[in-house]
Amino acid sequence: MASTAKNRFSQDEKRRDSDHVSFLKHRGFRWLWIALALSGVSIAGYVLIDQQPRPNGGSWYGYTLGTIGLLLIIWLSLLGVRKRRINPGAWSLKAWTSAHVYLGLSLVVVGTLHTGFQIGWNVHTLAYVLMLLVIATGIYGVIVYATLPASLSANRKEMTRAQMLEALTAIDRQLESAAQPLGRAEADWVIAALAQDTFHGGAWGRLTGSYPHCATRRALRGMPQGAAEERVIALLEKRTQQLAQIRGALRIRALLEVWLFIHIPLTIALIAALTAHVISVFYYW
Amino acid sequence: MAGVFAVAIIGSGPAGLSAAARAAALGLSHILLEKTDHLSDTIYKYQKGKHVMATPSNLVLRSDVDFEAGKREVILGKWDEQIAGAHVNVKYHAEAKAIRGTGDPIPGSVQQIVTRARDGTKSVKEIQRHAPPYAIELTNGEVVMAENVILAIGTQGNPNRMRCPGADLPHVQYQLDDPAEYVDEHIVIVGTGDAGIENARGLAEDPAQRNTVSILNRGTDFPTAKAANVSALMADHEAGKLMVRTESETHSIEPGFITLTTRDGELRIPCDRIIARIGSAPPRAFVEECGIEFSSEDRSAFPTLSPVFETTAPGIFVIGALAGYPLIKHCMNQGHDVIEFINGNTELKPADEPIIAAKFAGLPGNRSTEEWLEFLRTNVSILNGMNPLQMREFMLDSTARAFAPGEVIFERNAPGSSLFGIASGSVAVEVNPADPSVTIAIEAGSIFGEVGLISGRRRGATVRAAEDTIVVEISRLAALKLQSQVPAAKKAIERISIERQLLQMFGSGLRREDVAPLVDAAKVEEKRAGEVVVTEGADDKDVFIIRRGSMIVEKQIGDRPVFLSYLPAGSYFGEMAVIDGSARTATVKAAIKSEVIRLPGEGFLELLAKNPALRERAMKDMAGRRATNAFIEGQKDSFSSAVDMYSQTAQFLVDNGIGEATDVLLIDEKLCIGCDNCEKACADSHDGLTRLDREAGKTYAHLHVPTSCRHCEHPHCMADCPPNAIKRGPDGEVFIDETCIGCGNCQRNCPYGVIRMDAKPPKKPSLLQWMLFGSGPGPGEAPYSWRKKKAEAEGAPKAKLAIKCDMCSGIDGGPACVRACPTGAAIRVAPDKFLTFTKLTEDAE
Repeated sequence: MASTAKNRFSQDEKRRDSDHVSFLKHRGFRWLWIALALSGVSIAGYVLIDQQPRPNGGSWYGYTLGTIGLLLIIWLSLLGVRKRRINPGAWSLKAWTSAHVYLGLSLVVVGTLHTGFQIGWNVHTLAYVLMLLVIATGIYGVIVYATLPASLSANRKEMTRAQMLEALTAIDRQLESAAQPLGRAEADWVIAALAQDTFHGGAWGRLTGSYPHCATRRALRGMPQGAAEERVIALLEKRTQQLAQIRGALRIRALLEVWLFIHIPLTIALIAALTAHVISVFYYW
Repeated sequence: MAGVFAVAIIGSGPAGLSAAARAAALGLSHILLEKTDHLSDTIYKYQKGKHVMATPSNLVLRSDVDFEAGKREVILGKWDEQIAGAHVNVKYHAEAKAIRGTGDPIPGSVQQIVTRARDGTKSVKEIQRHAPPYAIELTNGEVVMAENVILAIGTQGNPNRMRCPGADLPHVQYQLDDPAEYVDEHIVIVGTGDAGIENARGLAEDPAQRNTVSILNRGTDFPTAKAANVSALMADHEAGKLMVRTESETHSIEPGFITLTTRDGELRIPCDRIIARIGSAPPRAFVEECGIEFSSEDRSAFPTLSPVFETTAPGIFVIGALAGYPLIKHCMNQGHDVIEFINGNTELKPADEPIIAAKFAGLPGNRSTEEWLEFLRTNVSILNGMNPLQMREFMLDSTARAFAPGEVIFERNAPGSSLFGIASGSVAVEVNPADPSVTIAIEAGSIFGEVGLISGRRRGATVRAAEDTIVVEISRLAALKLQSQVPAAKKAIERISIERQLLQMFGSGLRREDVAPLVDAAKVEEKRAGEVVVTEGADDKDVFIIRRGSMIVEKQIGDRPVFLSYLPAGSYFGEMAVIDGSARTATVKAAIKSEVIRLPGEGFLELLAKNPALRERAMKDMAGRRATNAFIEGQKDSFSSAVDMYSQTAQFLVDNGIGEATDVLLIDEKLCIGCDNCEKACADSHDGLTRLDREAGKTYAHLHVPTSCRHCEHPHCMADCPPNAIKRGPDGEVFIDETCIGCGNCQRNCPYGVIRMDAKPPKKPSLLQWMLFGSGPGPGEAPYSWRKKKAEAEGAPKAKLAIKCDMCSGIDGGPACVRACPTGAAIRVAPDKFLTFTKLTEDAE
């Protein structure tokens, strides 16, 4: 009731007052600048420090870059834990994502300089290549995160996923009763459309949004014009539109998520390769 | 006619049956009248297996009948057994129609019943009260005689009855217990509220029942039903499962048929059963006809009662929910107590005595509970009009506290909607945030904190005790009750609040004497959402202060209204036209249901003329507003689309109730990737259940208002919470505490659908166990099937309680939904900060 200063007022007020910006712009591109500084310093060091006999992962500067890179990779991979463990701690996942993106990109510089441009068919290069692949998939992720959400929202038209499916069920119910007076062949078209799994088409269909075997469209094409068919056709058209919305949502979400299926396993492979890389380096020191 | 009973108890709910059991135990001649064929109809009608709670836990039960929290069936079973065992004289199917005294007329005791017609006209009916014994006339024509009558009829009232010819036939019913009971019937449902729609859909649900169901709608719209119910009904209609007959009314009923009046004339259709769900009438009219006076005309008012629950009709007592005590334990205790009182026991202390005594335990002065209550009642002016019973009830929801000189009572910007009364001492209000030494004194007997109560907003100033001070802190609920019970207190609070608002509004330097004429001339007016207060171009000259609610300012630019700004409670408007004599430059209308104080323009001008400093401040404010308006108008010429965007987005947010929010979750769908991490974080921060639905809700220009609590200034959910479990916490959050009884009132009252009823799920395996071994359902809310299976394995089912957003109170970093958003799409904002041009046209990406 009557309360004294023991509350979050000023903190909450700051939150309510803060600008609403994306993870890329977070705090005036704070992590971009830090990543650029890290890359700049690494390049400057690489150019200015005289490494003997030649720039190499095994020189003291090479070890320094390697240590920074390794720590960064381990920290970056912890994002997966961070986002699933929200308490305790007063941190924001947006800041973590922002740092993850920019520091992850700076690894291209740090990692490459660490190699001293010595590439070969060995576990060391494997780790380097895996790292580049992880970063490449990450770049895809950043691009889709920045460009796709608006179309996801536009496609949704204020409907939830459950509502989209409910709308389809409602159409199906009407379609079933409207199809009763149809002839055998026409009724079979409708039955086939109703029987088909909404989610058929597999991964390819999901990613491309192309469903060449859509029974609803086939039924629509096959349906002759007639008094009894008129309502069925209208309902089939409604069904096609509803399916298009569901498939659109599936497609955009698939595009937003598909890279994670590569990014995460590659990260695990990268950590394995890195372990081999580090152990072998120390073993043969 | 049988003899005269010592006491007749009407209604066999917890209050009535406890009273009857006490009467039986004392050997009083009694009769318990119940209108149905079973005891305690309200609890009987609860859903099967519902867990009934027993709060408040610190209140002892004082009854001859047992009660503890448990399943509905167990409680009802025990009551049936104990009532039979106590040889209570129960008369079932006995519905009281009228109660009248059969003794001599009581001189000077006349009851006035005021009825208001729809057109606003009042008519007054006078009833001469007669002395006991009372004749209780039943609907079946029987008459029961009793010296004392106890009304324990609750507040549910009786269902409205049909009135057409044939309405009394046996196949007309007003309730549907089990839709599966009826097969092969032609059933007509009358009434298209939620109850009627749910009944109709239930009867038509299973085609195997082969029922022909129609539902009658007087018009073509469904104004009283939830949108989801209406669309489901229309879908069933289109699917041919049932028939919605619009513009149809019942003309007459006969066995096997019903005749309807439709747009195309009369229609006679087969009908085996009629289920009428046409609302229910509150019991007030019946109670008033018995000669019982209510404390005010307010719809939420209760009967005026003496300390022994006696009404203004001598010998008629009111207890239970009808007396304002909705909790089962209170009801049962009152049932016990009222019989003791009737039986002549004057020494009995109420069961809540220890609770109230504890409230005064820490205070200096060594007074008894009665003395303290009397001390507060006589010293705090707004409490003068209360009787001792009301004071006790009032004290249950209030606290008395002592403060040392200089001690802070509340701080500026702290949330709080309670009202304070000064019983002794005085307080100092720090009116100038920049300089704490500038204070205004408030003396003993007066009140403070009323702005928080009325506007629902944060405290406007820090208040300290100026000397040793004893205050009574009156919770929002108690303050609202007080105002409806004691009209004089309502007036006093209103006057003080207007005066303070004026003093606070125009800054320091003003004294009470300065604003007194303006306070006298001020009028409080209520405004509906969307109602226009000031019209652009008009030449009226009043000034307004927003007392509660909020307003939006818009201006016609070109052919469209453009949103200029949002005014929260506490702001004033309309001063421009007064100061420079021009016509109104913009339209101001209510964003939500609001109250404004109307100040006459001349009075305002006089005040300005006498106070140059105030004039200067007003001119400065006015210049600021002019600049904002000019800026937006200027933008309109060069960046027309940005202004349209701003104007329409602001309007969209206001339409979605943001105007009454204090802290609302919004999602920028240009950034939202649909990962639902907000929902998962919410569930993981709060017992495993999410309190927000990201996808549901409206969207405009990619700005999405998800289903999630807005922590309203005047929370709708608080309106009818029997244990008073909904409160505002230290961070301004509206939360439900552990005394929730799971009744679901708040869920029904929330217009935004943000409250869900669910049982606390079992504990999940840890995140590490899930990540490494895949055990458990992982982060976020566990699926229903998992929760159910796990809960069953753990044994005793948990009660379903109301859960809602608490703004992550007590969690270090603030709201988890915002913190857990990886892209920055989720933001929580306050309307007065967010509904500005810069914020709404900001490019987030």
